[in-house]
Amino acid sequence: MKITEEEVRYVADLSNLKLTGGEAARLRADLNGILEHIDKLNEADTSSVQPMAQVLFEAEETATLRADIPVAPLGNEAAMANAPRRGAGYFKVPKVIER
Amino acid sequence: MDIASLTIDGVREGLLARRFSASELATEALRFAEEENGRTNAYLHFSPERALERARRVDEQVARGEDPGPLAAVPVAVKDVIVTKGVRTTCGSKLLAHYVPPYDATAVARLERAGGVILGKTNCDEFAMGSSNENSAFGPVRNPVAPDRVPGGSSGGSAAAVAQGTAVVALGSDTGGSIRQPASFCGVVGVTPTYGRVSRYGLTAFASSLDHIGPFARTVKDAATVLGVIAGRDVCDSTSAAAPVPDYTASLDGNVKGLKLGLPREYLKELTSETGELIARGVEVLRQLGCEVREISLPATDYAIACYYIIATAEASSNLARYDGVRYTVRSGDGETLAEMYRNTRGEGFGAECKRRIMLGTYVLSAGYYDAYYLKAQKVRALIARDFADAFQEVDAIVAPVSPFPAFKLGEKIDDPVAMYLSDIYTITGSLAGIPCMSVPCGETAEGLPVGMQILTRHFDETTMFRLADALERTVGVGNARTRQRG
Repeated sequence: MKITEEEVRYVADLSNLKLTGGEAARLRADLNGILEHIDKLNEADTSSVQPMAQVLFEAEETATLRADIPVAPLGNEAAMANAPRRGAGYFKVPKVIER
Repeated sequence: MDIASLTIDGVREGLLARRFSASELATEALRFAEEENGRTNAYLHFSPERALERARRVDEQVARGEDPGPLAAVPVAVKDVIVTKGVRTTCGSKLLAHYVPPYDATAVARLERAGGVILGKTNCDEFAMGSSNENSAFGPVRNPVAPDRVPGGSSGGSAAAVAQGTAVVALGSDTGGSIRQPASFCGVVGVTPTYGRVSRYGLTAFASSLDHIGPFARTVKDAATVLGVIAGRDVCDSTSAAAPVPDYTASLDGNVKGLKLGLPREYLKELTSETGELIARGVEVLRQLGCEVREISLPATDYAIACYYIIATAEASSNLARYDGVRYTVRSGDGETLAEMYRNTRGEGFGAECKRRIMLGTYVLSAGYYDAYYLKAQKVRALIARDFADAFQEVDAIVAPVSPFPAFKLGEKIDDPVAMYLSDIYTITGSLAGIPCMSVPCGETAEGLPVGMQILTRHFDETTMFRLADALERTVGVGNARTRQRG
């Protein structure tokens, strides 16, 4: 096994995922199977290449910039319309600062 | 009118000859789609108000003698990971069950500007993660050709709607094969254009360096027309390409004489015998038409699945972090602290496949593993891209299978994630390289299951890809005969 159940719980914590019941054990088995397959990558000789982060095309340096012309923003009401809880123009969340 | 066999040209002729109005067609298409949906679950919800409003505008344009646009009155379905202003967009997830976007994706806006009439939103694997459409929170889609089988995924609903005839064309999204594989399974045409050819603005992000929007259609010409409408630079997506968009339909004359085709030997190893025979027959058709076929090698193919499932999940773990119960409609178990609220919402909201991928992506990016997994995968991605660049020195296009097998049975692979991932082998390579690739129907197995041939070309050379697909279609026939009969 490449990954322990303790590591699964640690990664779930990093991922902000609450695991319940047998989920941790199941994920451990699944991730293990996938990671074993992924080990194949060690066979590949990559000494002659640079990491490829993006599909890039020939373009001018400023090609990704739009003209600097003001456009109307979405607006507060539209941007917040899907919030599960809101008030006074803000998203409401459980208290994060102790008194 | 026979809605299930309409083409874009057919709609245009009927409209301009006043055999039907856009409003009549929209009303009839909505009725037909709603009636047929029980057979497949292809649509998650319909957008009748928006469709009828758009159709009315087309009718007004026709009445005034104006050009109503290249897609005037054409019934369109849109995968539910592509946002539509005022029309619910769920991404196949419980987490977004009630989400109503405040803006339109650029591809959606362009479709409508060209006269397209959006009937509704189609089912898909949750956040486009899956190869069978069984990961939707709103139930699987059944393949219209064989209802006990999957339509493929993740754009299974869009492929099924077009195959079933409840939409003339549809939009899907493809990250590792999510347009081509369902197109192959359902017997329709599915196109993944060059990375950056179509704006991703409004496409819910899964893996940003791999995500594409592309069309489904029953004919190659219709797919080419839709791509022409949605392609091109968009200031809202800085990765969209400025390269001019040619008229993709202009060179569809059946003449492919002298084109050099490469057949990658690594792609012919693990095919089921029937799929292999159908692909061989398709290649033979192209040879008879004057193409020069030679065997080529793409040696890094063996590493593609491992490479893809590191890069795609790493990007997904970051992109999906935003679904935390603060902004997007669903929040569960308020909890004592903010962190608890995040964890409860995500733990209860995401389905098993999303959790698996978020976990894998977080793991490969976590301290101590980054170089061994993520950096290594990015280097292997460069090897895969180089394989294609080398091959395209020798050949104009690569022809290959889309999937090692035709549509499998519902439930057959759902408990074995590795087996499910391995079935993406032939589509993932093109995605990693960012080149245009498509699936075009290439025949049926003895059981009547469609098999698609994949055609891959150089960056921005969609024209050659469409020419070859069109030439094959002229011989093999349009789409799946059985589906059309039933439709």
